[in-house]
Amino acid sequence: MSALLEVRGVSKRFGGLVAVSDVSFSIAEGEILGLIGPNGAGKTTLFNIVNGVYKADQGSITFAEKDITRYSPDQVVHLGLARTHQIVKPLNDLTVLDNVTVGACFGREYLDMAAARKVASEVLQQVGLGDRADMMARSLTIAGKKRLEVARALAAKPKLLLLDEVLAGLNPTEVATMIELVRKIRDSGISVLMIEHLMQAIMSLSNRIVVLNLGRKLAEGQPDEVVHNSDVVEAYLGFPDIVDKLTRTD
Amino acid sequence: MILRRPFFWIILLIAAGFIYAPLHGNNVSLREDLILIAIAIILASNLNLMIGYTGYVNFGHIVFYGLGGYVGLYLTTVRGWNLVLAALVAGVVVSVCGFLFGLAILRLRGAYFALATIGILQAVQAFVSNFDPWGRSTGMYLSFASYQPLGGARRALWITYFLIIAVMALSMILSLAIKNSKFGLGLFAIREDEDAAVVLGVNATLYKAIIYSVSAFLPAVAGALMFFKNGMIDPSIAFEYMLSLEGIVMLMLGGQGSVIGAALGGTLYEKLRSYLLTSPVLSNFHLVIAGGLLLMVVLFAPGGLIGWLYRWVPRSRKVIE
Repeated sequence: MSALLEVRGVSKRFGGLVAVSDVSFSIAEGEILGLIGPNGAGKTTLFNIVNGVYKADQGSITFAEKDITRYSPDQVVHLGLARTHQIVKPLNDLTVLDNVTVGACFGREYLDMAAARKVASEVLQQVGLGDRADMMARSLTIAGKKRLEVARALAAKPKLLLLDEVLAGLNPTEVATMIELVRKIRDSGISVLMIEHLMQAIMSLSNRIVVLNLGRKLAEGQPDEVVHNSDVVEAYLGFPDIVDKLTRTD
Repeated sequence: MILRRPFFWIILLIAAGFIYAPLHGNNVSLREDLILIAIAIILASNLNLMIGYTGYVNFGHIVFYGLGGYVGLYLTTVRGWNLVLAALVAGVVVSVCGFLFGLAILRLRGAYFALATIGILQAVQAFVSNFDPWGRSTGMYLSFASYQPLGGARRALWITYFLIIAVMALSMILSLAIKNSKFGLGLFAIREDEDAAVVLGVNATLYKAIIYSVSAFLPAVAGALMFFKNGMIDPSIAFEYMLSLEGIVMLMLGGQGSVIGAALGGTLYEKLRSYLLTSPVLSNFHLVIAGGLLLMVVLFAPGGLIGWLYRWVPRSRKVIE
């Protein structure tokens, strides 16, 4: 089986801080891989390395059989690797449609304006922003802006989509629709790598989960395997037997 | 494609008006008024490509105009070239310089970029002031013989005027074409959020260098024509820092990011300035007014006249480009 994305031994340090240390994992085609870990574990840094915002100090990244370790973010998109941002970055003074058109124009297919507008309207329908196409991006709600992030990335016609906490800050109804959307994206043949804190969501969506802690890979496996892993429990909650110890009465 | 934009035809109408008005009755003083307005529109429109479209404030935009003037005057006077050819070559040479400057300083963002553009202006002025072939600080004078190929001074001035009006129309058409293109959309994305634009696939480094270079071309051609018409050039008038600043005022006044806004701002400001300069009471007071005006615009109508219109009549966005 050939992996779509292969990350091998990637490290990144900022001065004295080792943000990501010797992390390896791979994603197969059509898979949803969940990336979890406590705050500051290096998840977003890892995203930034994969899509070229940061350059890895060590290790290599292969995407669709190309070495993309030294690629810049715009080159990575042309190959079909798109992402969303945890802190949304809407192009405020452009319309919602124009925002998504940017994604389509400069994405994998490098479409011209007319074709890009068409793709953009389709994607907006798909994510449920069809009726807000002519609004300025700044006037969307936070849920709307999160969808806009997804729509822009989708308009690039990616093979792999990196979703950075698309559920954070959404209410339960919005979470449910977003989960449905991610599932549809996977079913349309796009692989997904997602960072998420909402455990139910990541448990139900992911085929596999990678856990990061303090920049290192702590565990990897099926969702229910991972959550019962004692290292993972310790990373999240502290010493795993703590409940037993506290309640012991001898 | 662009032919279908109603605005394209409006630009041609404006240009036709500029040509017809002074020709009718051979009104030379009106022509001299209009030429200043045309130069203002050219400078503001091309500055708009950087400030309004890409979000990079260029304080040294006048360097392109001045350099174009020098190259143009050198080619026509010393080398005896044809005016049109000299002006075009001046545009190309200055654009290439612009591209190289751009690659050097466009890594900077925000205020640091703006400071670097002032540095470029000062550096070029210092270079030209010490450059022997261009007459150092005394500059160059056009020999009267240079008018001969155009059929004497009187005809030459009219021809230069028509050429400048053509450059004005081209400036607006260029703005319009870029605004409606994929390239323009990439620039807007950079203006709104450069990091997001790059992640969406826009090659920001290249786009910025290209637009910086493109925004140099027509001002350089205009500079070559204008200094040919004036018959002389020296470093202090070619690289007049005030004119660079006034270009920004024009743009802010009319509305950055808008094609008609840049043209409107250029026209209004130039009208105001000529009035203030010629009025005996207010002479030399125009910069105070310009500063005050800029302050008012920034405080109360940051989008300029067109931005103000967009705000109160949102549907005008679709009609007025």
